[in-house]
Amino acid sequence: MPERTATIASRSGLHARPAAIFAEAAGESPVEVTIAMAGSPTDDALDAASILSLMTLGAAKGDVVVLRAEGDGADAALDSLVTLLETDLDAE
Amino acid sequence: MQNFQGVGVSPGRVIGTIRQMPKPVSEPPSGEQLAASTTAEEAVAGLKAAAQSVHDELKARADKASGDGKAVLEATALMAKDTMLLKSATKLINNNGSSAERAIWEAGASVSEMLHNLGGYMAERATDVLDVRARIVAELRGVPAPGIPASDSPFILVAEDLAPADTATLDPAIVTALVTSGGGPQSHTAIIARSLGLPAVVAARGVDEIPDGTEVFVDGAAGSLSLEPTEEQRAAALAWVENAATLSVFDGNGTTADGHLVPLLANVGGAKDAAAAAALGAQGVGLFRTEFCFLERDTEPTVIEQAAAYRGVFDAFPGKKVVLRTLDAGADKPLPFLTDATEPNPALGVRGYRTDFTTPGVLERQLEAIAIAADETEAEVWVMAPMISTAAEAARFASMCDAAGIKTPGVMVEVPSAALTSASVLRHVGFASLGTNDLTQYAMAADRQLGPLAELNTPWQPAVLRLVQLTVAGSAEEGNGKPVGVCGEAAADPALAVVLVGLGVSTLSMTARSLAAVGTVLKTVTLEEAQELARLALSAPDALDAKAWVRAKLPILEELGL
Repeated sequence: MPERTATIASRSGLHARPAAIFAEAAGESPVEVTIAMAGSPTDDALDAASILSLMTLGAAKGDVVVLRAEGDGADAALDSLVTLLETDLDAE
Repeated sequence: MQNFQGVGVSPGRVIGTIRQMPKPVSEPPSGEQLAASTTAEEAVAGLKAAAQSVHDELKARADKASGDGKAVLEATALMAKDTMLLKSATKLINNNGSSAERAIWEAGASVSEMLHNLGGYMAERATDVLDVRARIVAELRGVPAPGIPASDSPFILVAEDLAPADTATLDPAIVTALVTSGGGPQSHTAIIARSLGLPAVVAARGVDEIPDGTEVFVDGAAGSLSLEPTEEQRAAALAWVENAATLSVFDGNGTTADGHLVPLLANVGGAKDAAAAAALGAQGVGLFRTEFCFLERDTEPTVIEQAAAYRGVFDAFPGKKVVLRTLDAGADKPLPFLTDATEPNPALGVRGYRTDFTTPGVLERQLEAIAIAADETEAEVWVMAPMISTAAEAARFASMCDAAGIKTPGVMVEVPSAALTSASVLRHVGFASLGTNDLTQYAMAADRQLGPLAELNTPWQPAVLRLVQLTVAGSAEEGNGKPVGVCGEAAADPALAVVLVGLGVSTLSMTARSLAAVGTVLKTVTLEEAQELARLALSAPDALDAKAWVRAKLPILEELGL
């Protein structure tokens, strides 16, 4: 299964506005994307399109997360979501 | 022409059509099952459709909003169709046969609790999940969404009562007046209306039965709402527009006609309020409600955070007086890190200064933060404790202020015992400030939030005026000319303000919107006339007569529509 790691760049971590922007983008991608803290079991992965899941994940700036997806377009979707996570969305 | 009589709490005369605020969404009964005619698949589909339409409605509002409000609405919209929330509700429908309403209710509760337990920013979003849940239930039931109705055209809002949280969604460009069937003169509706300068009537029984879209005339000074407005009332509404313009400018000089100076100060809740008050000519801040900076918090703010919040207010008033009240948590303003929500009698419970008995340390750290902020500015910083009942408490508070390096400690006089013993209380501190809202509720033993007690709950009660007089007399007895101000909503009523000056009060602090009206009326009377009006009010048998007698001697009020 294609997967990518990304380091959270937003100052406030993955909640508030950055979480909303990321969840919306994940929801619009053609494949289902999961997110988990790096090193945690695959079973613990959460739906990346769920803002509430992202908030309970509690990823702070500098934390490393793993994104996973399967199917047509998975690689492209993961690449664009990684870019989003590695951008400081609070600065925009 | 049908008339509804209530209590006027904020002046102004307007004509408009009404919108009823929907009743809060009630909890679907525990264990509520799917109706026999509905399959689980149909219920899940119905839930998804309701969630989608709540999402679309919030998204549409987000698109029209800006700034922080937009970000919150966008995030809330996403919560409405969140997979975590909907999956857990779907499971309850499929596995337990729950009704869709009950399923989303329970799913929302558990997600909200999870966020709450995470603390910090996440905990602050927990209430958003509950709001979304209520909206989805309303959608499923086919009833209007809770909260202030969304509208592009102006309307008069009719509600049972408003909560502090409603202020955030109340747009004064759209809502032109507030009328409530419940609430008293000291309720949140009244405070919100005065701070926004909106005409308002509270405790007007029967108004919740008026259909949406009805044209009405509201008189916020007379406390009435009339159906089928007359030509006279239309003319009065037009005249108010002009008066309101002249009554919006205060020249920054509170004085009687004969030059007796009474500084007019503002009540503020934070830096934004303070800047607005300074722009409206306030001569300082008579009440900085520090708890308003922290109402959304689950945990105690750090000393550094607090100092920054205080500094924001001090900076708006360089060289001027800023009276800061230490955290007044409890009763209608709970703070999770200070107050116990399960008290049977919160108004008589551990609130205000008393929280230092049960949670020592918070007050000490707040005083430390105030001292840091005061050091960095040119404002003249005074600090007072709320809910002081005895001279011993005043002495202890003064010594805590001294230890923190705060030069001017004072007390709120809102418990009748402090008013009755003000000479002893004032021996330990530098000043007193009368909080007339709570002083009235305690003197009359009438909960300020209760509509049926609105008639008892007015600072025009001769008993309350007598307590004001005794507090001033106590200061004279103490002998060092220590100032006694008023910072309750009573000071915002121009007629009552004159009476208070006549009783010997040295400063009046009010919502900044009222400064111009109070300043205008005060300039029309001499100190001697004010003293005469104070004697008249004290001699009245009840509050209604006190108010009527004084108003009859101040014809300018009727002229200006105040």
